[in-house]
Amino acid sequence: MSLRADYDCIVVGAGHNGLVCASYLARSGRSVLVLEAASEVGGAAVTREFAPGFRVSACAHLLQMMPRAIIDELSLTAHGLKLAAADMPTVALSADGASMNLDRQGLRACTPADADAYEALSARLQRFARALGPMLGRTAPRLGTDSRAEQLALLRLGWQIRRLGRRDMRELLRIAGMCVYDLLQENFASPLLQGALAFDALLGTNLGPRSPGSVFTLLYRLSAAANAGRFAPAQPQGGLGALSNALALAARAAGVTIRTDAGVRRIELEKDRVAGVRLESGEAIRAGLVISSADPKTTFLGLLGSEHLDAGFVRRLTHLRTAGLAAKLHLALDRSPQFTGLEPEALGGRLLIAPSLDYLERAYNHSKYGEYSAQPSMEITIPSVNDPQLAPAGAHVLSAIVQYVPYSLAGGWEHGKQKLLKLAVDHLEIYAPGLRRSITAAQLLTPADIETQFRIVGGHWHHAELALDQFLMVRPVPGAAQYATPVDGLYLCGAGCHPGGGVMGTAGRNAARTILARAA
Amino acid sequence: MSSPALAAPAIFSEPLLRTPFHERARALSQLDSFIAWNGYTTVDVFSTVEQEYFAIRNAATLYDLTPMAKYRIAGADALRFLNRLVTRDLSKLKLNRVAYAIWCNDAGHMIDDGTVFRLAESEYRLCAQERQLDWLLDSAIGFDVQVTDVTEHSAALALQGPTSCAVLKQLGLNGIDKLKPFDIGPFELGGAQITVSRTGFTGDLGYELWMRPEHAELVWDSLMAAGRSRGIRALGSRALNMARIEAGFILPNVEFVSAERTLRTGRDRSPFELGLDWLVDFNKGHFTGRRALLAQRSAGTPRRLIGLDVEGNKPAHNALVYAARSGRTQIGAVTSATWSPTCKRNLALALLEAPYVNVGREVWVEVYLNTELVWERRMCAARIVDKPFYAPERRRLTPPQDY
Repeated sequence: MSLRADYDCIVVGAGHNGLVCASYLARSGRSVLVLEAASEVGGAAVTREFAPGFRVSACAHLLQMMPRAIIDELSLTAHGLKLAAADMPTVALSADGASMNLDRQGLRACTPADADAYEALSARLQRFARALGPMLGRTAPRLGTDSRAEQLALLRLGWQIRRLGRRDMRELLRIAGMCVYDLLQENFASPLLQGALAFDALLGTNLGPRSPGSVFTLLYRLSAAANAGRFAPAQPQGGLGALSNALALAARAAGVTIRTDAGVRRIELEKDRVAGVRLESGEAIRAGLVISSADPKTTFLGLLGSEHLDAGFVRRLTHLRTAGLAAKLHLALDRSPQFTGLEPEALGGRLLIAPSLDYLERAYNHSKYGEYSAQPSMEITIPSVNDPQLAPAGAHVLSAIVQYVPYSLAGGWEHGKQKLLKLAVDHLEIYAPGLRRSITAAQLLTPADIETQFRIVGGHWHHAELALDQFLMVRPVPGAAQYATPVDGLYLCGAGCHPGGGVMGTAGRNAARTILARAA
Repeated sequence: MSSPALAAPAIFSEPLLRTPFHERARALSQLDSFIAWNGYTTVDVFSTVEQEYFAIRNAATLYDLTPMAKYRIAGADALRFLNRLVTRDLSKLKLNRVAYAIWCNDAGHMIDDGTVFRLAESEYRLCAQERQLDWLLDSAIGFDVQVTDVTEHSAALALQGPTSCAVLKQLGLNGIDKLKPFDIGPFELGGAQITVSRTGFTGDLGYELWMRPEHAELVWDSLMAAGRSRGIRALGSRALNMARIEAGFILPNVEFVSAERTLRTGRDRSPFELGLDWLVDFNKGHFTGRRALLAQRSAGTPRRLIGLDVEGNKPAHNALVYAARSGRTQIGAVTSATWSPTCKRNLALALLEAPYVNVGREVWVEVYLNTELVWERRMCAARIVDKPFYAPERRRLTPPQDY
């Protein structure tokens, strides 16, 4: 094996963070190779055919958090990113058909008493989000160092909060550690509104409305949205896979080489420094830097091996909470579904089954014991409404996130999966009578399926639970929280890093900037 | 890693356990002076410290080692696991040999020291002063290795002193005199199968005997009977401490506090500070703390554990050490002190700031004296000297001479 490096940088994984990171590195003159184990790029942002003629965003299904800066800097629009829908409305479904549009008019019509409170709270949370948002776009500062840059970063964060003014700052500090249940009870009377707003705080987390820290996850989501300048989700034309294709085109245009069907088996070290990778095929590729967009447990315990790490670091890694709690449901429908009380044009929006806070809390309760609730919560989209090419003419695709589905089901997934699928369809039937008869194909991905199909230990979208104890300078774990790792030349750039996942790309961009700054 | 499926050890439910030698020790204890060690009650002093000490250096002593935390480490990755755990290269450790080793946390600070016994191709035993199971299990993540606490399944005695080999020979342990320092061998004693290693904590000729708990009293009685004509005595921890200071050995919670147990910053100690540089092998591949230790090495060591020869004969217990008699500049503190009856010197181990450490340098030690309840403070001159203070040739001689 020649000692000459084949590339400056190898990026492990062609998910959106890997592609974003690779692009920024290549644009700064590095030779970059991206290695993807799957046959297509995109990671968990891919569009797949799950039944003949029916295509769907196979994991993530909406775009909201990716900052404008990334879309613009990488010219994603020029590389084919087109939105089939922007500013998608959100509808809170009610079993009795009295659904509520989550906008000014909808609230005035359904719960006038809450409408003003909603605007006041929204405005306040937006202010918080704008104050906190910039912190997502920067490397998390380290604690306990003498570095002026780190201290400045902390000061800046403090200043952003202080600048909100006394009243807002006090309120932010009051609510930041609270549960969303209490916050919403303080502000609103309508259970339907409370449920829908809580849903956004809880989606993709291991939290119920009464779990402490659930206001934090709401602020996180709003902050990311504020950075993106997108206060409602969007749907890329062709599904999330189209976004990944645009990212791949942008990367290639920047000079990145992308290889699919090229799974990395091992990150190789020489003299305790990264020397390259070895592929599943046995092929060795040399590079001085390896940047992994895989989740932290896969990267450190799978690709590197604990023998190259310190015992305390490995212990912290194993304590990282990585179990996902959301399943994905795909239905092929031979006709347009009819949701009780919903106009056909509302089907292009985001439909929530989250009728009350207690409903959510009860649904969550089961998950703590390895069970799923008979009354699940869901985020439903019918992407073929905005993007007819995803299904044959006249037919439709339904894509739903089913919330509070445990990674480890008591009794195992082998038998549990069909039961859950039937239960989810039965449950949809309550809101959309007749839906069952229109189903021609169905697919359910449990967190365990998401783990195997998307190579994410635990099947968590964010790779690691987003919570105060796994955020900022302690994400994923101390010792690897600034994208650099204990191993010289090995970096992280995936959702397991600050600021997390959710098809944002910020972790990839931050990682690239850290790497480039270190080399400078 | 497969987790050990064990019944909860008795230590989880009993506040203080008795070792299998307890009845024998109690019968010989003249002072009822027992102390707690690692969850067991053990003897501090049997009769007088001086008598017991002189038996170490002039005859033979029996010391109950059972409370030592003992771990069985077995499995395909046993060696890889151990080499990632400790700082020295154990790939050189041959079958039936023992190695002294230390292990550090991620920051390169000492967790504990201990001995590693290689009992089979991929079976080892780790003995440590303090319990280590949590750290060992954390270290086992990602390795095909079973770590089992066998402290309660094994009894141990240290037989130390110049006549120790003769006592064992008298008991028919054929070939015991062929055992070189750090060798291990299987032997039969009074019908019991035991393991003997030529190891110890006294810096003298001596052995450690490992047996099943049900054989404990048989072994004790046999040794005591056979050793009567060779001056054997039961030994308590206090006299042993004098011998280990003479031998320059360190003790956790005396010379250093285990890095995972300190509460205050700056209280952790690196192996370099404790003078254990020789145990750190940077060329063997990765081990826990390696990257931090490399950084420590290039940053320099702020303090060093050294030996002091203090004037006078009053042990400098807990004394502060100064650069000059004026006592204005404190440069460290004594960690262990004893009057050494064998060396006829007043010895101390002290942790001093690195710039003041060179052998032969004079420093000043503030000794507090209690003379019939009248306290006085004495500034005593002390000289930095090499360790160990006492290292008799017989500790290494194979076969040992007949005393």
